[in-house]
Amino acid sequence: MATDTTGHVKVDSGTWDGGNEPFKASYGKLMMWYFLLSDAFTFAGFLIAYGALRISMPSWPVPDFVFSLLPGGIENMPLIFVTIMTFVLLFSSYTMVRAVQEGHQENRKGVVYWMILTIIGGAAFLGCQAWEWNTLIGKEHMTISTNPFGTHTESGVYLEGDGHHINKGDTFKEGDSYLIHQHGGEFHPLSYKVTEGADAGTTKQMEFGPKAFGALFYFITGFHGFHVFSGVVFLIIIMVNSFTGLYAERKNGYEMVEKIGLYWHFVDLVWVFVFLVFYLL
Amino acid sequence: MGHMTYEQSKSVALKLIILLAVITVIEVLIALVGKGYIGGWHAPVWAMAIAMIGLSLYKAYKIVYEFMHLGHEVPGMLKSVLLPVLLLIWAIVAFFWEGNYWNKSRAGIQEKNNEQIGLYTPNTIDVKQWEEEPLV
Repeated sequence: MATDTTGHVKVDSGTWDGGNEPFKASYGKLMMWYFLLSDAFTFAGFLIAYGALRISMPSWPVPDFVFSLLPGGIENMPLIFVTIMTFVLLFSSYTMVRAVQEGHQENRKGVVYWMILTIIGGAAFLGCQAWEWNTLIGKEHMTISTNPFGTHTESGVYLEGDGHHINKGDTFKEGDSYLIHQHGGEFHPLSYKVTEGADAGTTKQMEFGPKAFGALFYFITGFHGFHVFSGVVFLIIIMVNSFTGLYAERKNGYEMVEKIGLYWHFVDLVWVFVFLVFYLL
Repeated sequence: MGHMTYEQSKSVALKLIILLAVITVIEVLIALVGKGYIGGWHAPVWAMAIAMIGLSLYKAYKIVYEFMHLGHEVPGMLKSVLLPVLLLIWAIVAFFWEGNYWNKSRAGIQEKNNEQIGLYTPNTIDVKQWEEEPLV
């Protein structure tokens, strides 16, 4: 900084003097973008690990079979619950866009209104995920090292029933999925007789599915869920700050709402890919 | 969406979210119809995968360019965010290549484990009766 002859402070504005914004974006927004870029690499690492392990296994649990339950004991509804979860997150993305737009209008009430709706959407998504995890852990007994979801590699006929859907004498084909149920705290893999192929006539027992499935599922959806959770926490903080009029006082207005908006859309973006690799493919 | 009026950007956001919801429904329908849950007809897995991956990438593009506003930022900033993502292309190729190799190795180990080997059982005639040989 230098003072010119008239006594006014002259701000240096050369390329390297710091008064320049080559990307026409504030420091905070830019850094949010680079944080999201690095976060994208973390998620990509997880999802690529999922793909590499899945392709390395001779069989993999079929997602339509694993994720086919709905709350209230409804069964055989493949993919419906996760589709609902996707809609919840999409809806909250829309309300987030609306909050940012109201921020541009300097409309304090509008920002708070749309942010509350976004928080409700995020909380609803977390609730759905809690239900899904609760079903997998409590009802189907999948852990990070035990995966009771398997796939038949040959056709056969069951020699016993499991008290759920499988009765003695039921037949199955190669590629059919099954769940090994627990009775009294122990897994009971069913015996079956092979009817086709080289081993026809022999008696075998259900085998557990690839171990990696449980660990990958809990780590990836857990990591995403943790992002949603921290997003909801930040949304609440910024909503309260908007409500108290803190941002109305600021020179850059509601830019904090834009930044949390970027983060929130990123969480939705990651879900697009989690939904693709875990549930659709 | 700073280049638009408030009313315009409101309607753009609404249209976009409806588009994303419709694409999601299409993806789920592809999965359910293609795997035989609706109509009992089966589509080839690779065709379904290409369609789903394509639609998901389109969704991602719309979210990043419109909701996150990246399409309206300065080109330099856009590139500084998107170009590093290209590194992932090699990560995907390399790890899937590796995964495929693991799969072949597993199959090879399985094959070796199942191999029937003719077991050699020594009997009394083959065993050298060293005890009865005279000492030199």
